[in-house]
Amino acid sequence: MTAQTHAKQAPDGAVPQGPPSGRARIGALLSSPAGRNLGLVVALLLLCVIGMATVGDRFGSFDNMMTILRSASVIGVISVGMTFVITGGGIDLSVGAIVALASVWATTIATQQMAADFHWIVIVTTALLVGAGAGLVNGLLIAYGKMAPFIVTLAMMAAARGLAELISDKRTQVVTERGLIDFFGGKVLGVPVLVIIFALVAAGGWLLLNRTTFGRRTLAVGGNPEAARLAGIDVRRHTTILYVLLGLACGLAAVMLMARTTAGIATHGSMYELDAIAAVVIGGTLLSGGRGTVVGTVFGVLIFMTLTNVFVLNNLDTSTQAVAKGAIIVAAVLLQQRVASRGSTP
Amino acid sequence: MYHPIFPHKLLHFLLTPGKSLFTLTAMTGPPKASGPSPAQEPATDAAEPLLAMHGIVKHFPGVRALDGIDLDVLPGEVHCLLGQNGAGKSTLIKVLAGAHQPDAGRILWRGEEVRFPRPQAALDRGIATIYQELDLVDGLSVAENIYLGHERAAFGFTARREITTATAELLRRLGHPEMSPSTEVGALSAAGKQIVSMARALSHDARLIIMDEPSAVLDQEEVGRLFTVVADLAAQGIAIIYISHRLEEIRRIGDRITVLKDGRTVATGLAAADTPTSEIIRLMTGRSIEYVFPERPGVAEAEQPVLEVENLSRPGEFSDVSFAVRPGEILGLAGLVGSGRSEILETVYGARKAATGTVRVGGEKVRAGRVGSAMAAGIGFCPEERKSQALILSDAVYRNITLASLSRFQRAGFLNSGGEQEAAAEHTEALDVRPAGVTRPVGNLSGGNQQKVVLARWLLRGCRVLLLDEPSRGVDVGARSEIYALIRELSAQGIAVVIVSSEIEEVIGLSDRVLVIADGRVVAEAAADDIDEHRVLDLVMEGDAA
Repeated sequence: MTAQTHAKQAPDGAVPQGPPSGRARIGALLSSPAGRNLGLVVALLLLCVIGMATVGDRFGSFDNMMTILRSASVIGVISVGMTFVITGGGIDLSVGAIVALASVWATTIATQQMAADFHWIVIVTTALLVGAGAGLVNGLLIAYGKMAPFIVTLAMMAAARGLAELISDKRTQVVTERGLIDFFGGKVLGVPVLVIIFALVAAGGWLLLNRTTFGRRTLAVGGNPEAARLAGIDVRRHTTILYVLLGLACGLAAVMLMARTTAGIATHGSMYELDAIAAVVIGGTLLSGGRGTVVGTVFGVLIFMTLTNVFVLNNLDTSTQAVAKGAIIVAAVLLQQRVASRGSTP
Repeated sequence: MYHPIFPHKLLHFLLTPGKSLFTLTAMTGPPKASGPSPAQEPATDAAEPLLAMHGIVKHFPGVRALDGIDLDVLPGEVHCLLGQNGAGKSTLIKVLAGAHQPDAGRILWRGEEVRFPRPQAALDRGIATIYQELDLVDGLSVAENIYLGHERAAFGFTARREITTATAELLRRLGHPEMSPSTEVGALSAAGKQIVSMARALSHDARLIIMDEPSAVLDQEEVGRLFTVVADLAAQGIAIIYISHRLEEIRRIGDRITVLKDGRTVATGLAAADTPTSEIIRLMTGRSIEYVFPERPGVAEAEQPVLEVENLSRPGEFSDVSFAVRPGEILGLAGLVGSGRSEILETVYGARKAATGTVRVGGEKVRAGRVGSAMAAGIGFCPEERKSQALILSDAVYRNITLASLSRFQRAGFLNSGGEQEAAAEHTEALDVRPAGVTRPVGNLSGGNQQKVVLARWLLRGCRVLLLDEPSRGVDVGARSEIYALIRELSAQGIAVVIVSSEIEEVIGLSDRVLVIADGRVVAEAAADDIDEHRVLDLVMEGDAA
């Protein structure tokens, strides 16, 4: 802000060379993408310091680091998808329910097809298709039915969870295919496959959002849908695709969750929607759309999971943890608003 | 000023002037019909002004919206404010309503200098504003809307019966006893909502009510009833500032006229009844600032039209609109806000779907209601509301420019960001966008430079037809001539241009040919050389004269 005021006073729009005040410089730094991520890095490091100080090597060991990452991977994949939907001006409350439905549907297929030549890839495909299908329903109702995303996905949240209970008859359906568990539960060079999948999804998400036409259009649709429409972007189709992508992410998350828990069950993914939305918002994606950061989202997820880990290692209960999470969300959004108001025009 | 809080005080206030009101209402018809009413005579002569504004100045970034406004309003008069779009009427009433702070000038309220730092401060003094966009809550009842913000309550519970009674009194005072205080406002007609807004103004004990184009959304009969109410209020000593484009209305209802032009008062205290129309129009159009319009090179008659619009209609917006534009020609659509001109442009572009009629570019039919089809045919569009319809304000300049041509910069879906910036910079340099640098947020640029960014979007894409809705809105005086020259230059390159503007001078000055639009119909077509501002104003202000 201050920098712009300087520019106006300077003759003929010459860029002022004099250094702005310290406050202004910090403000400019904080509102730049790198600066926003810097804040997240500091928060994450702070948590690590607390972890090291309280439980030492039990926190700092390689195994514990992998545990944190492994537990972050499922919610992380969903959060990357959620980053796209929120950047595009939407919201999805049904992600947890879609994970449950996909896991139950896939395990049901598996138990019905007892043929010898059955391959676990069928489970994966089913979960992905179910996720994408649920996302498609969300997207069509929101984009073409012109309904509020909040309402549509709230309805999907109830309906998908209910359908999962109907299909599974509220029973735990054990995954018997060793192939699936071996593949997704395995490690490559000591790194769990789940973590690798998360890393790939995050990298792919970053490329998609920042380096492709699709990502640019997502920002435009979220930032000003009318301007995007008048610039020739098919806003409704684009919006639908965003929800389908998130549905796919939920299907993938369901597969990862099945591999970790060796079961498909209608209670999978409970409260995932809140964790995912919170991680996205903490990361710096604007809840009103138009600005999104996959890197920030990854940090958001890691901060949450590290926090959980530190609490667990210190034998603190989940209630205390929930209070801390709430405080972090509020602090992050407050900070974001201040940065946003500084970055906007008068 | 004393603000009534207690019910008996309120009733007292309502009933005392009410007696004379009922007799007046019983006589019916605006008293103006038989010359100024006796009740208003002393007001217009002697009384000291209720409100006096001296030398009010208001700047916005890049624009001097008000540049020395003088206005005085007497108790009990209907004071009409006239001026073309952009003359400063809206800014002036926002200053009066406490929504904007003037940069210079004095406001005297009943002889005492005042400031309105907040809208509530103006209301407390007794100045109520009824905006064009009525600020009512559809889901609340009439009574709840009227007392919104100054609810009456006892022990924290809203005093429902009390506000119902008070509302019924207000509605009776306004001559609409048939309206029920408990009706939901969303169910009311436009006229009904206006009555509610006026009742709300009265509930604040208003001494001055500002009405911004109240008749724009009303039909003939409703306008008649509105005038009765306005005349009654004036007879009670309440002053009205009345803004309208319709001269005929002003003659019927107004006492005095003030004319604004380019943010200045050019005439004040004119008698509404007998100032000749030609004089008023001369004052509204007389230039205090000369815009430089580029020369018209003239279009080769032989050229085939590139854009052909035939019998285009959208029920309720416009009907049976036909025109054709040749390469290198600028066609201007002149008309008032709400005449359908912007809707016509948006329909040609496919942003609205035509009910009937066709749009052809180079002989090829464009699919109705498909922006993609229009763009593929070579149509570009700069919408009326730059900030809400054209730009992604927080995004960089270059990204706004390349938004309509992203496919050119992609390979296998990946964008060549460097290429984008280079191409965008080429156009911003050619158009002289300042400050230079395509990575800064477009929201930080001035209006004129933002407009250039929108133009650059279409130049980068390349188009045969360019539709421009209000190309100079929010653009300061210096940058206007630049935009005008730019538009003429584009047309000289063979682009067919259609412009829409509320500023008639701009349409005539810039175009080769002018269509006059009134009430969704083309009422006149002429070469720009054969028509002048007065004629166009005549056509649009006096209705379907042609």
